[in-house]
Amino acid sequence: MADFAHAESLAVREQFDTAEQQKDASTLGMWIFLITEIMFFGGMFLAYTVYRAEYSYAFAVASSSMNVYFGAFNTVVLLCSSFTMVMAVRSAQLGLRKGTVVYLFLTLILGLAFLGVKVFEWSEKFREHHIPGMAGFHLDGVPPDQQGQAQLFFSLYFAMTGLHALHMIVGAGIVITLMYFAWKGKYTAEYMTPVDIGGLYWHFVDIIWIFLFPLLYLIDRHLGRYIL
Amino acid sequence: MTQHVDSVKTYAAVFIALIILTVVTTAVAFVDLGPFSVVAALLIACGKMLLVALFFMHVRHSTRLTRLVLVGAVLWLGILIAFTLSDVFSRGWLGVPGR
Repeated sequence: MADFAHAESLAVREQFDTAEQQKDASTLGMWIFLITEIMFFGGMFLAYTVYRAEYSYAFAVASSSMNVYFGAFNTVVLLCSSFTMVMAVRSAQLGLRKGTVVYLFLTLILGLAFLGVKVFEWSEKFREHHIPGMAGFHLDGVPPDQQGQAQLFFSLYFAMTGLHALHMIVGAGIVITLMYFAWKGKYTAEYMTPVDIGGLYWHFVDIIWIFLFPLLYLIDRHLGRYIL
Repeated sequence: MTQHVDSVKTYAAVFIALIILTVVTTAVAFVDLGPFSVVAALLIACGKMLLVALFFMHVRHSTRLTRLVLVGAVLWLGILIAFTLSDVFSRGWLGVPGR
């Protein structure tokens, strides 16, 4: 059965002329999916931009209350996972079964480490009562009439990092699936399209974080000494 | 079937560049550049995005069709952002009743 599945995955389906054309079609399809994701996240980035311009003071104070070191650490963790992912794709291109599995495993561990830090950051927000809609919500340094604006910042913070974390969880599922099939020997130097497009997804999620980190943690940091 | 396999050296160089840019963007955030701190943060983020897309996502080896689709995506995202912001920030320029 496993051999049959292997033979089937290598075959060029009837709508394609060559294996290369089939692979290009898969890659393009993945990119089009990622573009719908860009537009999806783009709407949230846009909402953040508009409200940050509108309520700049409350947003600056709220943004400065983020722990920048956790954010920077997580960025590094995610970049490391992108590196191990690209090495997994490279191993698959060269037909190195063991290398693919090991690098995918490292990617998974780093992805889970990112989520672990995120859990810690979120639980810190719960301890500090920085949860939008929570009865005891209070952000120091923001006047009482602007507390609602600070809540809006945290709404966007949780929505954006939450959606990102959801994508990380899906990504972890994809990496586990790829690891299983790579272990089974399904991918060869001639056929490794799933590893390739799985890698595209993982790097895309990394790119989203590359923008989330400066926008949520950094851009008002320099104002800190004036407002806090 | 032709496929481009980049060297480990290339990937390692890109990775080190990404880490350096992360350290730089974090350090620059503490320096008071006024309104340019947003510009600096976004420029560095765009640079990191390009590194990841071109090297890790193999855009530099991709087909013309894929590249065309990507340019289209950037254009559409630009329309979303530019038109919305031009609306939001130009409100109140005219004394329209009800606004």
